[in-house]
Amino acid sequence: MSNEKHHIVPYRTYIFVLLALIVLTFISIAITHIELADYTVAGALILASVKTFLVLTFFMHLKFDKPYMRIMVGFVLAVFLAVIIITFLDYYYR
Amino acid sequence: MEQTMIHHDSHYDPEASKIGMWLFIFTELLLFGGLFIIYSVYRFMNPDAFHLAAKELDTTIGAINTIILLVSSMTVAMATSAIQNKNIKLTQILLGITVVLAIVFLVNKYFEWSAKFDHGIFPGSEHLINDMSKGEILFFGLYFVMTGLHALHIIIGMAFIIFVMVFVAKKKVHPERYALLENSGLYWHLVDVIWIFLFPLFYLIT
Amino acid sequence: MQTATQIPTDVSFLEYRKYKGIFNWILSTDHKRIGLMYLYSMMTLFFVGVALGLAMKLELIAPGKTIMDAQDYNAVFTVHGVIMIFMIVIPGLPAVFGNFLLPIMIGAKDVAFPKLNLLSWYIYILGALLVIASVLFGNGTPDTGWTFYAPYSFKSGTNLLPAIFGAFVLGFSSILTGLNFIVTIHRMRAPGMTWLKMPLFPWSLYGTAWIQLLATPVVGITLLLIILERVFGIGVFDPALGGDPILYQHLFWIYSHPAVYVMILPAMGAISEIIPTFTQKHIFGYKAIIGSTLAIAFVGYFVWGHHMFTSGMSGTAQYTFSILTFLVAIPSAIKVFNWISTMYKGSISLQTPFYWAASFIFIFMIGGLSGLVLGALATDIYVHDTAFVVAHFHFIVFGGVGFSFFGAIHYWFPKIWGRMYDTKWANTGWLVFSIGFLALYSPMFYLGMQGMPRRYYDYLEEFHAANILSTLGSWVMTFGLVIIVINLVRSAKHGPKAEMNPWNGKTLEWTVPSPPPVENFEEIPVYGEKDGPYEY
Ligand SMILES: [Cu+2]
Repeated sequence: MSNEKHHIVPYRTYIFVLLALIVLTFISIAITHIELADYTVAGALILASVKTFLVLTFFMHLKFDKPYMRIMVGFVLAVFLAVIIITFLDYYYR
Repeated sequence: MEQTMIHHDSHYDPEASKIGMWLFIFTELLLFGGLFIIYSVYRFMNPDAFHLAAKELDTTIGAINTIILLVSSMTVAMATSAIQNKNIKLTQILLGITVVLAIVFLVNKYFEWSAKFDHGIFPGSEHLINDMSKGEILFFGLYFVMTGLHALHIIIGMAFIIFVMVFVAKKKVHPERYALLENSGLYWHLVDVIWIFLFPLFYLIT
Repeated sequence: MQTATQIPTDVSFLEYRKYKGIFNWILSTDHKRIGLMYLYSMMTLFFVGVALGLAMKLELIAPGKTIMDAQDYNAVFTVHGVIMIFMIVIPGLPAVFGNFLLPIMIGAKDVAFPKLNLLSWYIYILGALLVIASVLFGNGTPDTGWTFYAPYSFKSGTNLLPAIFGAFVLGFSSILTGLNFIVTIHRMRAPGMTWLKMPLFPWSLYGTAWIQLLATPVVGITLLLIILERVFGIGVFDPALGGDPILYQHLFWIYSHPAVYVMILPAMGAISEIIPTFTQKHIFGYKAIIGSTLAIAFVGYFVWGHHMFTSGMSGTAQYTFSILTFLVAIPSAIKVFNWISTMYKGSISLQTPFYWAASFIFIFMIGGLSGLVLGALATDIYVHDTAFVVAHFHFIVFGGVGFSFFGAIHYWFPKIWGRMYDTKWANTGWLVFSIGFLALYSPMFYLGMQGMPRRYYDYLEEFHAANILSTLGSWVMTFGLVIIVINLVRSAKHGPKAEMNPWNGKTLEWTVPSPPPVENFEEIPVYGEKDGPYEY
């Protein structure tokens, strides 16, 4: 049970991920400086989600963990999203 | 008989402590999740005021702090690889860099907050209550609560990593038994993920 | 690590002494002792809660002031609610029976993190002390009701800070217990015990633990915001500063509705254990019960708005919450059908735990069906905030959880203390308690439909007769409670020794001695292909 193989992530993977994250940060700063009206919020949130995905998958090792870990994370995020949506059924239609 | 019992006691299950850490991270996510719900509801109700108030925040400091956290996340992740590669010295250096970056983040935050205080912007301040709209009061209320709670998590995460460094030095965390290090890393990434959302929501979307 | 100390396998956990005196308890990381520590601390608090409840009923025996004035009444129902909800029914079954039985039922020697388990108990005590401090010190006992609704919770001049902080701390204890249970169930099941061979009580604890984990933090941050609001005036829920008090209600119920399932799911789990044992039959619809447990846990997360139908929520939200609420009725009904079907053609043995289980089903049905009245938009407007609501949730929270709790304690009593109680007194206690319970809460349905509002110390003359019946019921019920408790306490010390398996139960806890040894199993059991939890 305790002899589960551990995958050693090479350092360069982390460096590439970091570079990607920094580039995404600059993109999101740039995007919000252009006036896209309603799309600014959406754009910034989508970029933040992509960044989160990278952190979860590589830094937090979800890519190398057993699948049920990913299922749990996905489930929790889905529950949270559903709660926000249901809350907005009140505020959006009020 | 005695044999199996002893075996069971000394049984070290890194998978169990990892699940435990993830579950704890879920609770932290939902703790901040509550605040994100509040933020989105109030932003929806006061779009213009939030737009105006966000202009008061300094994007540059926010961006610098974002980069700092991203780099520190990388170093702590590398520390896990380092200990797996049995390179204790590199592990300690990487963890040390993470702690230093955390301190730099907090120093930045300190200057940012004091600048706000100097402008008379803090919860319950006269400037806030007399001169600003209700939406702006909400924005700054949330700003202080969310970044404050986040800073508290930075401090906890930092303490956790220092704790792990001590354990590595004492050889209680070593290449065969490093779940604690991995868990401190997971916690640190959580702090990073939360900031990834705080940054655009407060500093960028103006 | 430190395995040099040999733990004997022939000494029961109650006789095993590692430290001196009380330190055997408060330093013990044995899940069984921790479970009992929860039981004893909870029982103490429970008597405080019962006394406050009796005081309220006495006040309501006649219109006008009887024994207390309005402010005192507000304080009494607040403290009664905070104690009963946050300290008794939410941790009740998971912390007591979950701790005691979960590792044994899945064939483990302890929970995954025993020290964390002990820490949860300390956090629980800390939270309880904070709440008690808010009563004893400061200017005025909290008077907001257990819901701490904004904006009153930061306008009220009473000593609310320690009470709210106490509720926050208690939430922490609940989270850590849940976390511990999930990891324990994932990693420590006996070899061969696959998910679908796990008994139903552990299954219900698994569903419960997820709710504890995912819902509690939301109320944690909400209560924290109320504290910050009181101390710094940040304005998050204060309409004067732009906040929306209804948002507080959303966040509060995002936790507090699922909290009802933290209470009731393990209660249902315990019933699912008792019924197969006393019918000597495989549980009917094992998988359906698991499925309904998970469905209740999941859907229950999205129905919180039914507490807010009159708060000024949007119409769309109202329909949605109403429909979702009705959906929860389906898995609950599935469970009831399965329990009844298990009894069908079984060899039922009418013993105390079975009486409790059977009456649980009856009481739970009344509570559940009256819940539909409150979940439907049109009827809810009519009975909202009346005594009807109080009757409904006491049938669920006290009837459901309480009957299951007493059933569970009579069922596992011989296992826990290794002695038998006096059956005659136990049955008498059950009968008196049930009669008192029905007399106490049934009139409230009527009163609510007649329009008597809740949370008032006074009422109109026309409600007098039903209120007298209700108050008399409270006395009868308390009398029954006294019989039950005295019988159990006496028997724990002086009862005749119990066998290993007095009821012929088939789950793993009945394969170890009564009371179990420190590490539960001499040899970790192995589940074969054909083994299952209820093979009669
Ligand atoms: Cu509810």
